[in-house]
Amino acid sequence: MRTTKDKILSIALVSPSILAVLIFVYGFIAWSIRVSLSRWKGLLPNYAWAGLKNYIELFHDPRFQVDVRNTAIFTVLFVGISLILGLFLAIMLDQGLKGEAFFRTVYLFPMAISYIVTGVVWRWLMNPAQGSRLSGFNLLFDKVGLDFLINKWHTTPQWGIAFIAIPAIWQMSGYVMALYLGGLRAIPESLREAARVDGATEVDIYRHVVLPLMRPITLSAMIILGHISLKVFDLIIAVAGKQVALDVPAVYMWQTTFDGYFFNRGAAIGILLLLSVAVLVIPYLWYSLRGEAEL
Amino acid sequence: MSHKKLWSLLALLTLVVTLLAACGGSKATPAPEQTQAPASGDKNEVEVFSWWTGGGEAAGLQAMIKVFNQKYPDIKFINAAVAGGAGTNARAVLAARLQAGDPPDSWQGHAGQELIGTYVAAGQIEPLNFLYEKNGWLKVMPEKLIPLISKDGKIYSVPVNIHRANVLWYNPKILKDNNVEVPTTIDEWFAAMDKLKAAGVETPLAMGEQWTAMHLFETVLLGTLGPDAYNGLWDGTTAWDGPEVHQALVNYDKLLTYTNSDATSLTWQDASQLVVEGKAAFNVMGDWAEGYFQELGKTPKVDYGWAPVPGTGGTFQFLSDSFVLAKGAPHRDAAIAWLTVAGSKEGQDAFNPVKGSIPARSDGDRSLYDEYLKSAMDDWASNTLVGSLTHGVVANDSWKSEIDTAIGLYLSSHDIDQFQSALATACKDSGPCQ
Repeated sequence: MRTTKDKILSIALVSPSILAVLIFVYGFIAWSIRVSLSRWKGLLPNYAWAGLKNYIELFHDPRFQVDVRNTAIFTVLFVGISLILGLFLAIMLDQGLKGEAFFRTVYLFPMAISYIVTGVVWRWLMNPAQGSRLSGFNLLFDKVGLDFLINKWHTTPQWGIAFIAIPAIWQMSGYVMALYLGGLRAIPESLREAARVDGATEVDIYRHVVLPLMRPITLSAMIILGHISLKVFDLIIAVAGKQVALDVPAVYMWQTTFDGYFFNRGAAIGILLLLSVAVLVIPYLWYSLRGEAEL
Repeated sequence: MSHKKLWSLLALLTLVVTLLAACGGSKATPAPEQTQAPASGDKNEVEVFSWWTGGGEAAGLQAMIKVFNQKYPDIKFINAAVAGGAGTNARAVLAARLQAGDPPDSWQGHAGQELIGTYVAAGQIEPLNFLYEKNGWLKVMPEKLIPLISKDGKIYSVPVNIHRANVLWYNPKILKDNNVEVPTTIDEWFAAMDKLKAAGVETPLAMGEQWTAMHLFETVLLGTLGPDAYNGLWDGTTAWDGPEVHQALVNYDKLLTYTNSDATSLTWQDASQLVVEGKAAFNVMGDWAEGYFQELGKTPKVDYGWAPVPGTGGTFQFLSDSFVLAKGAPHRDAAIAWLTVAGSKEGQDAFNPVKGSIPARSDGDRSLYDEYLKSAMDDWASNTLVGSLTHGVVANDSWKSEIDTAIGLYLSSHDIDQFQSALATACKDSGPCQ
């Protein structure tokens, strides 16, 4: 009696959010898929069947190829460097240095800022103006005699996107540090003691004891940073505005849908974005659900 | 136990609210006819949608609203302006409202294909020929303007102001110091900039972010092809893959070698400012730049000079803000009253001197306008008229966005042939080319 009542209650409690998720997430995903298979261009909906035409066209679209290349460069640099930097900061702070709380807060602070703000500030810092109009970092390099460091930042031909990763790394590596620091603190001192008793040096302890235990954290961090990176939009808009050289799928989707009224193509880009994120997230969810079941 | 009941009640309540909210969406889209029925007090208002929220634009709109209030004191004016440069945000909001069947009575749009290709194609605005006939506007608006804002003989908007796109702004002092005349042909322009470059001028031609590159592109197209072939690009009679367009692309490619390397990180204001600050010799920008120069406290003919973009003398490449009448407007009569004011001499002479543009009507009161605008009014009355691409006159939004992509790809690859074939494809897919 009591258990059925509990069941009804619990179902009643979660049903609003299940309903909302069904409509606003899965319903709209289904609708987007339908639009991506249609010929809808212009303000009036047109659901005429187009098959996979929009997807095939995208793969031949030179702009989409730029997007894929930019996303790949951005993701590798952003996720890779953030992980390395985050781990390095965490190990450093884990040495029990004085004022640890202060440093921890300082490194974490950038995360409290939105990408738009980060973007605007870094747009000023990475001012690519040359000659008499030097500004930002370039002016600083000029003043301290590091002229060889003066560069075009995000306006560098072909590789501009690599510089957009800098503000992203600045913003997120503190967060990765916090994740790793939590992991490091969870390693019982006894494990390290045991290794020391077996004659391991401090470097050995990190190589053979600490780093292997950090693997689940590395995985979580990669997933979190990876999906942020695939969906990056606001940072690009704030630093670079609308320009094809620094285009990414999310920006293309926005422009082609709302400036050009290619609703079919916009939906196709959206679905491809969803798939790319899913490739990253679903194995992780499966892995962690299995982990929970085992507990 | 009673606690449990309370919780169940709460959960049920939440469920009901969610369901209601989910159903509410479909209820909020009534047929336009139904909205005309309610209370009569409702009739005496007009909702006008625009993206004029700041600077001279907002002040100009206020001036025109003042005229409206004097003429129609019993109609309440509702200013539904949405902020965002060149209306990109506003148009997304508008598209959402139109799809929900909740149009404002009248809204702002760039006259020409931006309205026709989008809202006329979707059947969302009414033709206004009756208004033109009733007010005699056909006599006071330039004859050549009318076809550019109509489709199949139907006029779809009331142009309030006119801006000129093909203006070359220059720094008179830099030109004088280096003994350079204001160029009138593209070749003279190249020669002038070579001379300036040799004399150590860092930036002969200032340019900004990607849309300003498109703005420069359309003026080079016009300057190379001439007005007739340029007009032919937009009705399919000039071939995009022909030798003339190729020559224009070669010119464009060469022009870009004179521009600042940090162009993509500058707004149009940043780029134009380089000229009046003496850091660049030339800049191609619409004549709204003049309003900005005055805001900076600069003096015409001393800090900045102007001429048609080389090769485009005698041609006025225009763009125009205009207002439309929504199909199924909730307050149709009031909306017509607003459009009557927007097209009147009084309304346009209130709006334009403040906004820094010229009236679309040719009978504006010259004494109200400054030195540059007076010269623009003379040219508007006497020159050949062609429409602007970047600002929505000649190409619909889909076509324009494809051209924008082609320019963006070209700016990073500098591959002229690929650029030209992308332009030809864009015309086939979204324009009149077969």
